Amino acid sequence: MSTAQTLSPAMKRERNSRLLRGCFYLALISIALVAPFIAYPIFLMKVLCFALFASAFNLLLGYAGLLSFGHAAFLATGGYITGFMLASFPSLTPELGILTGTAASMALGLVFGLLAIRRHGIYFAMVTLALSQMMFFLFIQAPFTGGEDGLHGVPRGELFGLISLSNDLSAYYFVLAIFMIGFGIIQRTVHSPYGQVLKAIRENEPRAISLGYNVDNYKLVAFVLSATLAGLAGSTKTVVFQLASLDDAHWHMSGEVILMTLLGGVGTLLGPLVGSGIVITLQTQLAQSPLGNWVSVILGVIFVICVLSFRSGIVGEIQKIVKKKFK
Amino acid sequence: MTMILGVPLTMFMGQLILGLINGAFYALLSLGLAVIFGLLKIVNFAHGAQYMLGAFTALLGLRYLGLNYWLALLVVPLVVGGLGILTERFFLRRIAHLDDLYGLLMTFGLALIIEGSLANFFGVSGARYPTPESLSGGFQLGFMFLPTYRAWVLVAAIGMCFATWFIIERTRLGSYLRAGTENPMLMQNFGVNMPQLITLTYGFGVALAAFAGVLAAPLYSVSPSMGSNLLIVVFAVVVIGGMGSILGAVITGLAMGLIEGLTKVYYPEAASTVIFVVMAIVLTLRPAGLFGKEA
Repeated sequence: MSTAQTLSPAMKRERNSRLLRGCFYLALISIALVAPFIAYPIFLMKVLCFALFASAFNLLLGYAGLLSFGHAAFLATGGYITGFMLASFPSLTPELGILTGTAASMALGLVFGLLAIRRHGIYFAMVTLALSQMMFFLFIQAPFTGGEDGLHGVPRGELFGLISLSNDLSAYYFVLAIFMIGFGIIQRTVHSPYGQVLKAIRENEPRAISLGYNVDNYKLVAFVLSATLAGLAGSTKTVVFQLASLDDAHWHMSGEVILMTLLGGVGTLLGPLVGSGIVITLQTQLAQSPLGNWVSVILGVIFVICVLSFRSGIVGEIQKIVKKKFK
Repeated sequence: MTMILGVPLTMFMGQLILGLINGAFYALLSLGLAVIFGLLKIVNFAHGAQYMLGAFTALLGLRYLGLNYWLALLVVPLVVGGLGILTERFFLRRIAHLDDLYGLLMTFGLALIIEGSLANFFGVSGARYPTPESLSGGFQLGFMFLPTYRAWVLVAAIGMCFATWFIIERTRLGSYLRAGTENPMLMQNFGVNMPQLITLTYGFGVALAAFAGVLAAPLYSVSPSMGSNLLIVVFAVVVIGGMGSILGAVITGLAMGLIEGLTKVYYPEAASTVIFVVMAIVLTLRPAGLFGKEA
């Protein structure tokens, strides 16, 4: 008997939806591959960096139920360390610079995580916010960050010592590759048994504890993973934009990444992508318009609207509609 | 000259008083946060913006209406507290049934709106609020010169903390509030109008922030971002002390101000980070906070 005949209807549906999802991702990748010929590559790279940042944040909030208000610290740490390494050691290739920055964020994530998971809910948010503010002050004072000016003129260098990234198009494909690796890690994590336990903790922590899971370890691993990927986003951003600035460490940045995730849809894989796309587009467009000074007010208004009446976010709402139609 | 641990006495006492004044602001603000959190289960991220709004209202009142300092101290908390009541009624009540985190996000959005709007209308640079004439001058204490206004701020802030403690711990209204913190449903069944109590509590917490703002106006320059940077430090203070008790919030606030002042004397580079370091230490040794009840 062939296996196809033994499939139950439920399994068939599962297989179909997988196929559909595969096609959908393939379509997305093909769009991403031709995008730089249609839109401005610098803008696209910015969106991709922030999409990775928001996806990393969403791994924590959407799947572990932990609201970090300090993710700017990881973005900035990755950026500063990478920038410092590449600027001081010209022989270093960009991928090694990015790796160092990402490792630094990972280490910082471990320290922050160990402290922050000792408190729950709202306290967790306040602890992460306070710790990242401490990093902000350290970055102002530290000798290697350039203080208020930040680091400028970081060389893009040559990937593996072979491919020059000075061309925006090659830089774009480099960022796209990094984004896909990061996104792939998140996608695999969410759908792994580990990810399922994480969701169980989010839904009912006491129950997960009573089932014998070491909840703190699960949370810590999620926190470190999220911090690492946020650092990867920051490091990549520094390489392609050739600067690391204090803005990345400011608590406004931690707020922005929350907004991107909330607007796109918390706990959906594609939500942070959509959200960061919209927020970055908005910021870029507004900066050139007479409303340039009102960016933070407009972001605040979107925040309030999202919380009041749009809590599932764009992707979340679409998923609801799709589910209703096909049930 | 008298020296204390290798530092001139004048400088030592000066920084100590400055630290104590900063600590008084931490105490007032964390007190307001604790009162709001107790009943609404919301961490009021707009607290810093409301503090700033207090200072700004006093400044604009003086400029355009000739509102003097003493009247401002009375009127401004009422006005800003009234705005707080509207905020609760039209925004926070709608999300009261949701996870606590949404309250934090909502008030964060509101803070962005308030700060951004003021920055657009009045610019980001600060303005001076003149020290009221009746409080100018100072005392020569022998070892240091103490400006009268600073002494007044200390007295007023601690007095307000005490008044709040008295209202909550020793009056009938306060007993409703404490009981409501424990079990709002039961209080509602007893015939206490809980929604009204919640609205008033939020208004009161916001008024406390505005009061602190008016006190701060002649000390620090009045600017749109004066509140948000302060608020994050206050968050750390709240994590250190826990939001369980009123006296705990006040003691922690004052103590953190003193520690910050001492750090300025002995190791100025760490002055802006010392409170966060203390927070990390407290989290390691006593995760629930010094006065906290949360497990």
